[in-house]
Amino acid sequence: MKSRWPDLFEIKAQMSSPKNNISIGLAGQQNAGKSTIFNMLTGASQHIANYPGVTVDKKVGNYRDEHGRVEVVDLPGTYSLTSFSLEERVARDFLLREKPDAIVNVVDASSLRRGLYFTFQLLEMSFPVVMALNMVDVAEANGRRVDSEKLAQLLGIGVVPTVGRKGRGKEKLRQTIRQTAREPKAKGSLRIEYDRLEEHIDSVYDVLSESKALAMAVPLRWMAVKLLEGDSEAFKLLNHYHKQPENVIELVRSSVEAFEEKTDISPGDYIVSCRDREASRIVDQCVEVINTNTVHVSEKIDRVLLHRGLAPLFLVLTVYLIYELSIVQGYKLTFLTWPALAWIRATVAGLLPDPGMLQDTILRSLPLWMVDSVNTLLNYVPIFLILFALIAILEDSGYMARIAFILDRVFHSFGLHGQSTLPFILGGVFTGGCAVPGIMATKGIPDERSRLATILTVPYMNCLAKIPLYTLLVNIYFTASRSYVMLFISTITIIMAMIIAKILTSTVLRGRETSPFIMEMPNYHMPMVTSVLRRAFDRTWVYIKKVGTIVIAVAVCVYVLLQFPGIPDDRMEHYQKRMDAAIKDFQADIQGTQYADLLDDEQGLLDLLNISARYREAKLAASTQEASRAVDERYEARYPELFPLLRARDAESRAISRSLRNLANERTTLRTQIREETIVHSYFGSLGKALEPVTQFAGFDWKINVALISSFAARESSVATLGVLFQEGADENIPLEERMEREGEAGGNTPLHALALMLFFALYPPCLAATIMVKVQTGSYKWMFFSIAFPTIFGLAVASGVFTFGTMLGLSGIQAMGAFYVLALITAIGLSFIRDPGWDQGGPRYTTKQEFTP
Amino acid sequence: MKRFRKIHKLSTECTECTLGTEHHKPPCQVLTQVKKGCRCRIRRHNAHGAIRQRLLDLGFVPNAEVEMIRCATLGDPLEMRMGDYYVTLRKREADLIEVQMA
Repeated sequence: MKSRWPDLFEIKAQMSSPKNNISIGLAGQQNAGKSTIFNMLTGASQHIANYPGVTVDKKVGNYRDEHGRVEVVDLPGTYSLTSFSLEERVARDFLLREKPDAIVNVVDASSLRRGLYFTFQLLEMSFPVVMALNMVDVAEANGRRVDSEKLAQLLGIGVVPTVGRKGRGKEKLRQTIRQTAREPKAKGSLRIEYDRLEEHIDSVYDVLSESKALAMAVPLRWMAVKLLEGDSEAFKLLNHYHKQPENVIELVRSSVEAFEEKTDISPGDYIVSCRDREASRIVDQCVEVINTNTVHVSEKIDRVLLHRGLAPLFLVLTVYLIYELSIVQGYKLTFLTWPALAWIRATVAGLLPDPGMLQDTILRSLPLWMVDSVNTLLNYVPIFLILFALIAILEDSGYMARIAFILDRVFHSFGLHGQSTLPFILGGVFTGGCAVPGIMATKGIPDERSRLATILTVPYMNCLAKIPLYTLLVNIYFTASRSYVMLFISTITIIMAMIIAKILTSTVLRGRETSPFIMEMPNYHMPMVTSVLRRAFDRTWVYIKKVGTIVIAVAVCVYVLLQFPGIPDDRMEHYQKRMDAAIKDFQADIQGTQYADLLDDEQGLLDLLNISARYREAKLAASTQEASRAVDERYEARYPELFPLLRARDAESRAISRSLRNLANERTTLRTQIREETIVHSYFGSLGKALEPVTQFAGFDWKINVALISSFAARESSVATLGVLFQEGADENIPLEERMEREGEAGGNTPLHALALMLFFALYPPCLAATIMVKVQTGSYKWMFFSIAFPTIFGLAVASGVFTFGTMLGLSGIQAMGAFYVLALITAIGLSFIRDPGWDQGGPRYTTKQEFTP
Repeated sequence: MKRFRKIHKLSTECTECTLGTEHHKPPCQVLTQVKKGCRCRIRRHNAHGAIRQRLLDLGFVPNAEVEMIRCATLGDPLEMRMGDYYVTLRKREADLIEVQMA
């Protein structure tokens, strides 16, 4: 196993690299305007990668100055560089491991004092630091002027005043970066003195310096301070590099005890107070208050938007707008983009072997299946673009933080987080959405446990593809109380999601890292078009790349499970006979015409059928009259003998053409039936039958099982599969509703059956695309399988419970529905009062504990 | 259950600051008891680990001045002003911070 830390050899290799091309890190606190500085420095040349092993985005960009190339890595925005949160660990690991040539510390000029805490930590790590004193314009508008020269002098580093959003200070910053990177070590930069702790720092420092490996890897004074603070990652580093970590740990322990005894304060607290004293000393000297007691513009806006009574109103409005623009309008946009995807499919289809009369070879069907799977996902791209742009606007404007503020109380009761709102909305809380963007939007949730719980519960929302089945069942079984049932469906899902979130956070997710809801309320900013668009495109591209690679593999598995072992021979014979009969009819029609010879063997006929299908497609795709004529000319040139049949001009060919159309229609029908019967006889189909003994408690027969299983690939197919399974009467053009009703009455199906089915469908596992998204967002196949298995079992249990008890008590469908609703609501409210297992007396519990035994 | 009642009770106190009633004021309070519009100074906090670190990072250091701005619609979390910026906390966390009226 490769260690996370570089060995000595790697470190040496890094140190001897030529220095015309340098790499720098961009570090700073959240809301300091780090990404605007990143965009200002790098312009368009940037991309998103991942930090190894974690799902934290790593933005990398570069630019050239007169000396060479500068690679810029944007570190996660963190308030500090401790080991308490994932982002902080990621940022710190990167700094220690990659040792960038310079670090640009972005600091919000309005909150310099707080920003300095972070700067001090960077300086303590002996990095060459340049400070970008950002948003000086906002600070001045709020009545604070910072003397950057004085600040540079006090800190002993370069300080450049910038306004990232307007590109001010760009050249100066680039120059200072180059200058700082050239100087071998940060000389003369401020050293924070820890007065009474110094003696302990010195003694720990001496023991640490015995290890050369450690001295190469990390700055020792920083290490000594971190060990005295009790930082868990520092102890890991110590164990990794130091030959006798036990001695050091022992010394640290005794030093901490001695210090606490003498001063009655922990070294951690003491260090903080020293840093705070230093920060306030600097602020006092550098910040000129030109206007006291100004009320910020942001606060004026918040007096309205966050008004206790009005806040929910604005929130609902915002949510509605996002939903309307991304899901509803985005869905309309997909009608415009679909032809492009259809064209790709047609092109691929053209390259593959021609279709057979009734069945295609696997060489044709498998690639097409994969193209279809990818297309299904690419179809969402317009929705995602709009969605990501809107999310970027929400983030940049600062309203996202306000959403979390307003709703945190509700979600927190169920172990979720204020920022779980958006994922749930996109997942389709009330009227239908899509779990895929919902799961993607969980990225911003800072609390790991809440984030996982949100990912696992978003799929319970009403996705758009669930609606057809609901509609079907409601129209059959609940015609009298349609609106109540629809209301039931749209609200029961959120209730169930909250119950499940609470269950998950109290059980499987119990040990996960949580983080307190302590958040800075950012100032409102006008979002910048370029930054919004860039983020929207970047995130969409990441989606395409990640999903594209996984979906191919999963699609092959599902294909095999749905297509094999294939349709039995006797059924195939039956279809073959029907096809033969149709062909005979056709051949009788063309008897004695000039085409009889041309089409007397099956191959000739098959070619004609395929050519005519392609011709019709091409004609449909041709939008203008010229294009349509061009298609005609092309086909006439390629198939001179057959063309009269494609475009009939005289009476004879018109009659044959009509007959050909009948044959083609019959072929299409038979192919559809074969395809669907193949599913029934497939491994999934057999599974459906095998599950009947279990699912009978929920009132599902094998037909329903097959429909449910096959709908895993795509929800839309559930109604289609049911259509196949309830086939009797299909030829008489009786709608599926009536067919199911008729058969249902014969088999004793009741509204209770329908209720159980709807409940199961509401709790059904996420579709293929969403499970892949779960994998992408959690970074683990384990959670992906969990997201499939848990809802299946839970949904089946709920459906069985409702069906079995409903039958036992003799309840009607509506009665059972009401009873279940009340029960679920009581459970949810009851659960919200149960204490979170993550909280103990002192507050939430954290996995990263400060301990002396690593 | 007892804890819930406490939180519930506190949430009703998100009302206007009443500066006139100085004799009512206890010498030391926790941050959740500070009323809207009132200012106070932080004495110390009883938080540990990540919460403590986060509070310190955001400037909740001894002697820092805090002004209570508002609470959310459902009474939790709270928003307060720390000099030039605004911070929100859950009551659970604000309960850990001891303050002194300014």
